[in-house]
Amino acid sequence: MKSLYKSAAILAVLVVVALGLLSTGVHVNAAAEGRVTGTIKLDGTAPHMRPIDMSKDPTCAKQHPTPARLENVVVGPSGGLANVVVYISQGLPASAAAVVPSKPIVWDQKGCMYQPHVAGMDVGQQLQVVNSDPTTHNIHPLPQMGGGNIGWNKSQPQGSPPFKTSWKSEEVAIPVKCNIHPWMHGYMVVVKGPYGVSDSSGSFTLDNVPPGTYTLTAWHETYGTQTQKVTVAAGKPATVSFTFKAK
Amino acid sequence: MGKILAVTIILIAILSAVPIVMHTWVAPADVSVHGHLIDEQMAETMAEAGIAFLAGQILLGLFIWKFSDVKPGARIKNFPGGAMGLVIGAFLLVGTEVLALGVFGVKAWSEVYFQPPAANAMPIQVQAGQFAFYFRYPGPDGKFGPIHPELINEGTQNLFGLDQDHDPASKDDIVTAEMAIPVNHEVHLLMHTKDLGHSFYVPALRVQQDFVPGLDVTLHFTATKVGKYEIVCTQLCGLGHYNMKAYLDVMSQGDFDSWLKQQAANQ
Amino acid sequence: MHDAPAHAVHQHAAPTSFIRKYVFSLDHKVIGKQYYGLALIAVLTGMVLSWLMRLHLGWVNLKIPGLHLLSASGAPGDVMTPEYYLQLMTMHGTIMVFFVLTTAPFAAFGNYFLPIQVGAEDMPFPRFNMMSFWVTFTAFLVLISSFFVGDGPTLAGWTQYAPLSAVGAVAGPGQGMGEVLWASAIAIFCVGQLLGSLNFITTTLDMRTKGMSLWRLPLSAWAWFITSVMGLTAFAVLMPACILLILDHVAGTSFFVASNLVINDQLQPHSGGSTLLWQHLFWFFGHPEVYIAIVPGMGVVSHVLIANMRRPMLSHRVIVYSMGALAVLSYMVYGHHMFVSGMNPFSSLAFSFPTLIITIPSTILVLIWIGSLYGSKLRINTASLFALGFISLFISGGVSGFFLAQPSIDIMLHATYFVVGHFHLVMAVAAIFGIFAGSYFWFPKVTGRMMNETLGKVHFWLTFVGAYCIFMPFHYLGIAGNVRRYQAFVDDYLVGLIPLHRFITVAALITGAVQLIFLYNLIHSGFRGEKAPLNPWQATSLEWSTPSSPPPFDNFGGRHVVVYHDPYQYGIEGATDDYVMQDSPAQIQSVRDEK
Repeated sequence: MKSLYKSAAILAVLVVVALGLLSTGVHVNAAAEGRVTGTIKLDGTAPHMRPIDMSKDPTCAKQHPTPARLENVVVGPSGGLANVVVYISQGLPASAAAVVPSKPIVWDQKGCMYQPHVAGMDVGQQLQVVNSDPTTHNIHPLPQMGGGNIGWNKSQPQGSPPFKTSWKSEEVAIPVKCNIHPWMHGYMVVVKGPYGVSDSSGSFTLDNVPPGTYTLTAWHETYGTQTQKVTVAAGKPATVSFTFKAK
Repeated sequence: MGKILAVTIILIAILSAVPIVMHTWVAPADVSVHGHLIDEQMAETMAEAGIAFLAGQILLGLFIWKFSDVKPGARIKNFPGGAMGLVIGAFLLVGTEVLALGVFGVKAWSEVYFQPPAANAMPIQVQAGQFAFYFRYPGPDGKFGPIHPELINEGTQNLFGLDQDHDPASKDDIVTAEMAIPVNHEVHLLMHTKDLGHSFYVPALRVQQDFVPGLDVTLHFTATKVGKYEIVCTQLCGLGHYNMKAYLDVMSQGDFDSWLKQQAANQ
Repeated sequence: MHDAPAHAVHQHAAPTSFIRKYVFSLDHKVIGKQYYGLALIAVLTGMVLSWLMRLHLGWVNLKIPGLHLLSASGAPGDVMTPEYYLQLMTMHGTIMVFFVLTTAPFAAFGNYFLPIQVGAEDMPFPRFNMMSFWVTFTAFLVLISSFFVGDGPTLAGWTQYAPLSAVGAVAGPGQGMGEVLWASAIAIFCVGQLLGSLNFITTTLDMRTKGMSLWRLPLSAWAWFITSVMGLTAFAVLMPACILLILDHVAGTSFFVASNLVINDQLQPHSGGSTLLWQHLFWFFGHPEVYIAIVPGMGVVSHVLIANMRRPMLSHRVIVYSMGALAVLSYMVYGHHMFVSGMNPFSSLAFSFPTLIITIPSTILVLIWIGSLYGSKLRINTASLFALGFISLFISGGVSGFFLAQPSIDIMLHATYFVVGHFHLVMAVAAIFGIFAGSYFWFPKVTGRMMNETLGKVHFWLTFVGAYCIFMPFHYLGIAGNVRRYQAFVDDYLVGLIPLHRFITVAALITGAVQLIFLYNLIHSGFRGEKAPLNPWQATSLEWSTPSSPPPFDNFGGRHVVVYHDPYQYGIEGATDDYVMQDSPAQIQSVRDEK
């Protein structure tokens, strides 16, 4: 009798350990995909961003009791530079480069400003353009001529359904304007593989990076590009910082 | 049915004239120095055209009434004076009318176009471009810096293509999205277009002038009443034509000076 | 020349095959009907476009069911985008001006009736004539095809001002391929018109039968002749202008594009061109064009009225001289479209004087028409109703021109709805009334059947009142400063005018629907109308002397027509009837040879 209980106890422990190993096995797989995080800073005084006079369209002006400002350089309270797109420019294996996230990128027109001002997206990733304003907008991305992406120019009257599209080719970066509201300006940065866009504290994250050594590029609309090499190991997030110099 | 047609024609004519006589839809009130000449010309033309219109329709109606569905035995008659009378009448009446209007209309036109701007007129530059008007004030140095079209960048809102780093005259230029002017002070408007044809129309100021790509066009006017007016584009320039406008703020001299200071701070 | 016998022109035998009879026909009558059919398709298309425009102007965010099927990008979710409004507007204007107003009054009626009215068997160049129709038809197809390409049709208005029309796709949707298709279609159209004008001029000058002196031509024939001379000179200028425009698009030229223009932050690769050059070329064509649209109507209306007044005009020659004066002056006035364009303000004054002077022949015409009504025996039927309506509309439209002729007033009214009201009254309504008058008058001759009079009268009354309800308010909008070519009224000073726009839209939809009565009448009467007598209106001109309705292939059944009288021998004393046919040898006691 005593040996039966002993076997059952050992079996139970084995089952628990096996289950535990199995569940940690999932975590182990996740830790095998790396990530890159970091901060981007602006060294020096940020240029003065002018207030935008939206008087030509009162439906826009009404939404900004204090005027909105240009967004060419957006710097957070601790010097973090926003709207920098970080992506892998070299070394990414073809299989990872071909991954297209299923989550669509939403490009909204709200308060007669583009939200986000800068969007990163993958080749082939769905882009949804939404008009949340009580006025007509016109979206006009201007990709390079002969570069593989074809520009378009579409108006969205208020209340019209979101319009869905995607880009065929990498391009850093496609300027986007609104014909009707000349101050509206933004960028769509089309890359392959993982990417991240810095927020107002300057922090960014690239997820689903397979382990390896890569060249990372950071692009900003005013300050241009910088590159750095990074090595991503399984289970260990890599950290990278970039510092751009104010002119 | 001829009589019904006659009544209909005359009724339509009278009904058409009612909104004009009642001033139901009128141009915005005139706030310019030269506008009264245009308004007088318009009133005279309206009176003469109105009389011609009513007379023509009533005469047409009367003759249709009288001579339609006549008795079978009636004989054809000629209008007294015949064709020659009518031709002479047309030459005399219409000829003198049109010549008078033409000759007197020259004064209104020449006030706008053939008088040079006053020596102390305030120069303001306006640039039209798909789909907004932007304005530039010369700043304390009184000079407009050169425009470099290749530097125009909507993304950074360098709308006039100024090189403020290298052109000293540009450094103090003030670029605005609204045009403010002091009341009772003549403005010399320097007009050019960035891209294609547009037009500058302020009904209350009684001015309308096309921008011509490749040409610098000028206009001068004086506003006589403080208020907010709209400058609208009247030459088809693309999909945003309907929404291409800017506000014209006519202010007292003091308010204008404060406004300009505030705009300079925002540059 | 008028003594040359007509038999010398027996150029072609009667066709036998279906294709030769109805498709590639050399017979001016078939060609006339083909033009009429094309104009009918064009006017229905143009009318539907105007409905879409008016619906949008009244209710700017309206979902128009099915609109996304016509254009997915132009109407996402069935709501019209700003560019699509402009594209529809451009096509509306282009189709109406070219394929309705130049085609129906001139090419359709003129082709059918001019040879008959001069007493000829056909026009002297039947192959050119056939080509002129098929070239015009091709132009229509090329134009319509722009609806179905990439970005859709051009959005630059029927006036296509440069550089918007010349810089290409950067300027907006439709300005790439759509623009090239527009310019190509219009250039092709010009060729068709030149071929047509050639035939009309030679028919009038060289094909008149024995006894038909120039002064014995009916007023409709004079009108077609004068129009064809205008057509020759005006279209000869538009065609090269369109070619230059195409070259600016495809060959890297800069005829109409100045240097240093920046679009979308990019310096445009053009230099040295002239913006105003396009306007000068276009309006040098454009002003005679609007007289090309109205003069045939004046001729047809005079012709129809005379038959229904039972008397000739007070002076036949004054009508001819006045139409001729309009034609000559029409070349000198074109700058009135450009008063504030940036051209020399002295030029504006210079152009305003002939523009004011052109009021005189227009007034003379109206006074002669009204003066001829005096003492007449006016018959009221559908044709005469439309002819009388024409006079009322021409007075209204002409009077508004008075304002626009003065540069100082034009400062306020240029590019407003006042202009749109003016030209719609004279073109869209008066000229169309001329087409209706001609249709109801000549339908019995073309088909051998009568149109239904009751339906015709209903059509007239609803259209006459409806048209005034639509277009008179345009003038009030213009006086209030309502700018044209806006797809929506968002400016503070315009928002209050939207209710008037809604009234206009409702009137336009109803009046448009009423035209279906005409269409029904046309088709139904063509098959089942009451059989028509040979001369139902007891009219005098040669088309009523043909041995059958429709006329035989050679118009007069082998008879060599000889003309003995002026065309409008009505109210003759001592004659059995109150009229004498133009080719009747009857000696008349007191011949009323009005000069």
